[in-house]
Amino acid sequence: MHSFGYRLNGLLTFAVTILALMCVIASLSDNLNIPSPSAEIQIMNINWFQKQPKGSDEVSLTMNISADLQSLFTWNTKQVFIFVAAEYETRKNSLNQVSLWDAIIPAKERSKFWIRSSNKYRFVDHGKNLRGKEFNLTLHWHVMPKTGKMFADKIVMSGYSLPEEYI
Amino acid sequence: MGWIGDTVDSIKSIQIRQLLTQAVSLGMIVTSALIIWKALMCITGSESPVVVVLSGSMEPGFKRGDILFLHMSKDPIRAGEIVVFNVDGREIPIVHRVIKVHERQDTGEVDVLTKGDNNYGDDRLLYAQGQQWLHRHHIMGRAVGFLPYVGWVTIIMTEKPIIKYILIGALGLLVITSKD
Repeated sequence: MHSFGYRLNGLLTFAVTILALMCVIASLSDNLNIPSPSAEIQIMNINWFQKQPKGSDEVSLTMNISADLQSLFTWNTKQVFIFVAAEYETRKNSLNQVSLWDAIIPAKERSKFWIRSSNKYRFVDHGKNLRGKEFNLTLHWHVMPKTGKMFADKIVMSGYSLPEEYI
Repeated sequence: MGWIGDTVDSIKSIQIRQLLTQAVSLGMIVTSALIIWKALMCITGSESPVVVVLSGSMEPGFKRGDILFLHMSKDPIRAGEIVVFNVDGREIPIVHRVIKVHERQDTGEVDVLTKGDNNYGDDRLLYAQGQQWLHRHHIMGRAVGFLPYVGWVTIIMTEKPIIKYILIGALGLLVITSKD
């Protein structure tokens, strides 16, 4: 009953159980944090706006993005993935989400920032619906923990629109 | 030395009744593992509730050897979610983030484009030839939880099968020689 193997087995089982329990508690502790992030996005310039050879509208724009996401970070946060998506509705599609820009924030110290960037990914529509289109810019964040459950949420900013004619 | 001697003795002293008990307890271990796996499949609604990250395309979020817990619900797929998808002609599922979604008004069908956080471009190069978008049926689940490092066990076992056999052998020997 008290051989070396049994003791080793008992010790290992106990260690793994405690480790698993600590992971669960660490993940649960994230729920205690109630974040209050803020963000603002301005469209500074429409660089160009045209119809692709294949027939879909494509636009290139420059944005000013400023955000304060410090409250998203807890001791169990490995990184926060953020992205800005243009979201709009067309006659054919009930929802279009096009990611324009994204970034990985590795530490709390860098979670209050200001950046000017043109769209990193192509803003292409699923058709020819972008002229004069009103759309929302949404800042999404995805909190990736050191262990446990992942969290995601967003801030929707509305009232952006594209020009009536191609540039 | 005494330990080896004991082991040999205990193998010699096996009786039929003891052998049966051990066979049953071994069977219990295997079936309970199976029960847990199948129960997880039911709860999460995903074909494979747990996946091991095999590539570095989602670094630094997910590293090779990390484990992801999947959930497959009826909820529509939205940008930013990390989904696990199968591509026709590829055996191993891929875990990447959704960056574009176009959802049809009438049928509710979705066109989805994904990208690995650590990759430079989107995933169109990984899709089947000529495939532009992923659809609902390609997607096996979305990642909801994360556990680091644990997946290394399976990576090591698939890449170095000898370790798997040694481990199974040792465990089998332990079960046979245990005196409970």
